Amino acid sequence: MDKFTVHTGTAVPLRASNVDTDQIIPAEYLKRITRHGFEDGLFSAWRKNPDFVLNQPQFDGASVLIAGPDFGTGSSREHAVWALMDYGFKVVISSRFADIFRGNSGKQGLLTALVDQDVVDQLWKEIENHPDTKVTVDLESRTITAGGLTATFDVDEYVRWRLMEGLDDVGLTLKHVDTITEFEGKRPAYKPATA
Amino acid sequence: MGLTLAEKVWRDHVVRSADGEPDLLYIDLHLVHEVTSPQAFDGLRDSGRKVRRPDLTLATEDHNVPTLNIDQPIADPISAAQVNALRKNCEEFGVPIYSLGNAEQGIVHVVGPQLGLTQPGMTVVCGDSHTSTHGAFGALAFGIGTSEVEHVLATQTLPLKPFKTMAITVNGTLPAGVTAKDIILAIITKIGTGGGQGYVLEYRGEAIRALSMEGRMTICNMSIEAGARAGMIAPDQTTFDYIEGRDRAPKGADWDAAVSYWKTLHTDDDARFDAEVVIDASTLSPFVTWGTNPGQGAPLTANVPGPDDFEDASEKLAAEKALAYMDLQAGTPIKNIKIDTVFLGSCTNGRIEDLRAAAAVLKGHKVAEGTRMLVVPGSVRVRLEAMAEGLDKVFVEAGAEWREAGCSMCLAMNPDKLTPGERSASTSNRNFEGRQGPGGRTHLVSPAVAAATAVRGTLSSPADLN
Repeated sequence: MDKFTVHTGTAVPLRASNVDTDQIIPAEYLKRITRHGFEDGLFSAWRKNPDFVLNQPQFDGASVLIAGPDFGTGSSREHAVWALMDYGFKVVISSRFADIFRGNSGKQGLLTALVDQDVVDQLWKEIENHPDTKVTVDLESRTITAGGLTATFDVDEYVRWRLMEGLDDVGLTLKHVDTITEFEGKRPAYKPATA
Repeated sequence: MGLTLAEKVWRDHVVRSADGEPDLLYIDLHLVHEVTSPQAFDGLRDSGRKVRRPDLTLATEDHNVPTLNIDQPIADPISAAQVNALRKNCEEFGVPIYSLGNAEQGIVHVVGPQLGLTQPGMTVVCGDSHTSTHGAFGALAFGIGTSEVEHVLATQTLPLKPFKTMAITVNGTLPAGVTAKDIILAIITKIGTGGGQGYVLEYRGEAIRALSMEGRMTICNMSIEAGARAGMIAPDQTTFDYIEGRDRAPKGADWDAAVSYWKTLHTDDDARFDAEVVIDASTLSPFVTWGTNPGQGAPLTANVPGPDDFEDASEKLAAEKALAYMDLQAGTPIKNIKIDTVFLGSCTNGRIEDLRAAAAVLKGHKVAEGTRMLVVPGSVRVRLEAMAEGLDKVFVEAGAEWREAGCSMCLAMNPDKLTPGERSASTSNRNFEGRQGPGGRTHLVSPAVAAATAVRGTLSSPADLN
């Protein structure tokens, strides 16, 4: 995973709440067995509408997605995170994220910046009026700056550390493999096995 | 201060705890299916790692499998490739698998409990958000992403921050004809699709205690639809009776040791929840969704609401968008909504009790002209059990299609899909745009409402058939 400290890029205002993972990437795209190349599936149903925000040329090349509350609800598919990242997004800003989606993002290096809804409203207005506004998201200071706006965002402290260090969870856990083995030695005999 | 049920199960699985870090939690059971695992197995291969505990891991094929002609190769080459990848991965890493055609194959969340693998006080994970189903047994069970699947395969643990706890108490007795599905749809409408975010929900109260294990699984299954990763119900005699004698249930002295532990798995009287919700069961009635998220629900007897019925700006906008997508007018009586396809099945309502409930309503009736009904058992076992009871004959005589086991029309990854504009009454768990097929329109219902709807061709309750 690449280290994440500061990201600057243009943004897309997605004025919708409850953007579920079936909208982010429909199930049809989940049949692939690779980890990359999901950008064509991102919001594929909505992208059929020429007015959809991602189809508007002023938002081409944007890397920050600003979405309504309850972003990423529904299925646990990590493909939703892969699709956003493959498309070029580095940051999603919202006032509420679904738990599994947020966890998956943290594993992959997609920053989910949690802010109050009024910050989202201000960002939407700013970006809609000035689509070329650069949004800077600084993970170290937990701040977002865009035009004249500066706001702080919430991110889990441990996830923040891992993102800034670019660390992989499995490697971190395997440092404690002896502790795991010791725990296994104490598991009750009545616990079931699959084979 | 005492502990809640969730806190007790958490406490008993902490491998390692350190300041400023998530707890490292041991995972007792890891269920695997074809959709969210291929990239995880690839990750293991890339880093030269093994599956640490194949004996605590179990795979089944469910999302992609067809429910017709299962003796033929899977026709869709991409689905076939995904299923084949799972078979190869399981062989390479020594993971047990129930493939299509095996007598134990079925939806992952139906298979675990029916084998007796899901037991109170366990931690259960799967790369599938409906893993919350297993919480019905007093297990801490939740869905994980593919990176976490890889993590559990490699280490049999997960680093996690403790959840908050929410009690959802359903007091009183359910009126006749009101089921577990109606309870959970009403709860989600009440607390919203984000209401449970960050929480483990514990369902309590007289109406919950009175439910069968199947009903409890239906409720816990949809915890994720309220935003909660997990839902739990304290184990009791109903739970023990369900597990006893199943293939993987403890036997002899192990059974006694297990039950005495399981009996400690309840929230202490002096424990405190971070949030509490109370519902009076006697006020509930058959419930359906009218919109495009599971929080957009209403009693079957109500009219379709409109944007003006909501105060919150984002809910107003969501209602407006939902009505447009669903092609519904505010104020229309919900019972007037005509249904093209009825789907009975899924990890929410594809168990034997669900099939019995629907068959009891359908018996002696015919599926309405212009409406089709698919009946898809959640597993091969459920299918065989239903056939032994003659339920398949009831469905077929009524004009419904009797299918093989799988996820089927819940999620549009296999041949069972809605066509654009087609409207369903579905016993599954999600009414998102396009969930059951691009352009499809979904109303979530209970098995009893599904059957009555099939007979009348419009959203209906069994009482409407009299």
